[in-house]
Amino acid sequence: MILRCETAKVVEHREIGSGYRYIVFDTPKMAGDMIPGQFVHVKIPSLEASALRRPFSVFDAEEGRVHVLYKTVGRGTAALNSVRTGDSVSVMGPLGHGFPSQCNGVALLVGGGYGVAPLHFLAKRLKAAGHGSIEVFIGGRTKDDLLAVDRFRAMGVGVHLATNDGSEGVKGLVTDPLDDELARIRASDGKFELFACGPDPMLKAVAMRATGTSSRGWISMDRHMICGVGACYACIQKTVRGNSRCCVEGPVFRAEDLVWE
Amino acid sequence: MVDTSVDLGGLDMATPIATASGTFGYGFEYSGSMDYSKLGAVTAKGIRLDSWPGNAMPRHCEVPGGLVNAIGLQGTGIEHFLDITVPHYMSQIGSAPPMIVNIWGGSIDEYSEVARRLTEASATKECSAIRAIECNVSCPNVKEGGHTFGQDPKVLNELVSAVREKTNLPLIVKLAPNVPDIGVYVRACEDGGADALSMINTIPAMVIDIEKRRPVLANRTGGLSGKGVHPAAVKIVYDAHRVTKLPILAMGGVYEAKDAIEFLLAGATAVAVGTASFTEPATAENVFDGIVSYCERHGFDSVSQITGALLA
Repeated sequence: MILRCETAKVVEHREIGSGYRYIVFDTPKMAGDMIPGQFVHVKIPSLEASALRRPFSVFDAEEGRVHVLYKTVGRGTAALNSVRTGDSVSVMGPLGHGFPSQCNGVALLVGGGYGVAPLHFLAKRLKAAGHGSIEVFIGGRTKDDLLAVDRFRAMGVGVHLATNDGSEGVKGLVTDPLDDELARIRASDGKFELFACGPDPMLKAVAMRATGTSSRGWISMDRHMICGVGACYACIQKTVRGNSRCCVEGPVFRAEDLVWE
Repeated sequence: MVDTSVDLGGLDMATPIATASGTFGYGFEYSGSMDYSKLGAVTAKGIRLDSWPGNAMPRHCEVPGGLVNAIGLQGTGIEHFLDITVPHYMSQIGSAPPMIVNIWGGSIDEYSEVARRLTEASATKECSAIRAIECNVSCPNVKEGGHTFGQDPKVLNELVSAVREKTNLPLIVKLAPNVPDIGVYVRACEDGGADALSMINTIPAMVIDIEKRRPVLANRTGGLSGKGVHPAAVKIVYDAHRVTKLPILAMGGVYEAKDAIEFLLAGATAVAVGTASFTEPATAENVFDGIVSYCERHGFDSVSQITGALLA
């Protein structure tokens, strides 16, 4: 894998729901190297020259293009909204340590909000590798926060939904349907691995379900970053090895390596 | 053909462009995303005897015109640096530019010992990229690497003298911007035997979250870098150059060639790109190209002719 900095044409950019958007970059050099769980570091064209890049996890990478699903949460993503199809954007990637390409047992993918993005890419790759048993658990505050549901269904993976307000799927937390599935797997002495991306409390809850078991958990952390390449030491996650950088040692960490504060 | 080589106190640089400590990791991280051939030197992140965990999170905040950070000098100790990091840098980067190693410590003895080990290692093939030492006496984010040594001219002189005794590598001292008279500190370094000076380190700064009524950074305060500090840095380089013959490695808000040329005119011999690399890794090469074309437009045969060429 070679780190590249490409001037990418935006080939698609649209709103896909309340506050969520989908953008596709034409990045022929890096797209083929991208691994699920990795991210791209994007220079937002309309921000001032001194503004930092913004990291985005990859929703899909195929045919020379990198797809990103994002939520407008701050100044950077708000400015990204104004980028139009045909605009040129500087994109760095592939960056970070991604998910493993193999899974032993049932792959349980747990996502909250836009955290489903790398899980979509992962599910697609696992499917392509012939991994048959994939269940995805998607959580959000309301049904508007349940993203890419149809894309997962079209892939033929099991989809389980949960919302805080009960507007779709189970009323409660995404770990509720996950726990039902874990009980079923354990009852039949089955094997599983957990893959998660989303808000910290959800990640911690998922990590706890893997820690101390024989099953592995892979947790993708979302942190503000500066350089994205491991040079500045700003995006720190505490792990059993000390202060680890989310941009190179992560964003995907083994569940048992994470130290929660 | 413009001669782009410069002599920074005995450090031969093929171009006048370096990277600033703390913004370029240990030299290899940006491999693939930029052209290293246009760098005259890279500066490795601060090294001390033992590894150091750095500060708690959050460690940075973007602000208009730059960045406030309090990373806190997280890093591996000298042993890992010499055994793993430098050989890795040399193997990853073809024709690796000379490395300036930024050092810090909790005592004068620690600085001296780190300098001694770097000097010893620089004679070996595996670590031959090590060509200069930059003493950090001005980090605003850790007590030991900052005020203890950089704010008192007498202590600064003792430190520089002690490190000088342990190394024959070009010795650069990185000074703090927040002093009333830079000349006093310049003389302390000169008298201690420094070969060059670098300036500026970040400017002490603070950002407050008014809704939470708390500082944004876990360290409460940090250091400001980026575009916004540039005019302040030019003034300090100008002041320092007027009172010393020591070559100056200037840094602070270099985003384009114009910024670097201002530093050169004010008296700098070489210029480091720092925070700008985060946004655009190609900044250093763009700055280099711009300096060359400036020399051509203004009839300078060499970059070194620009140093201090400010007209009255």
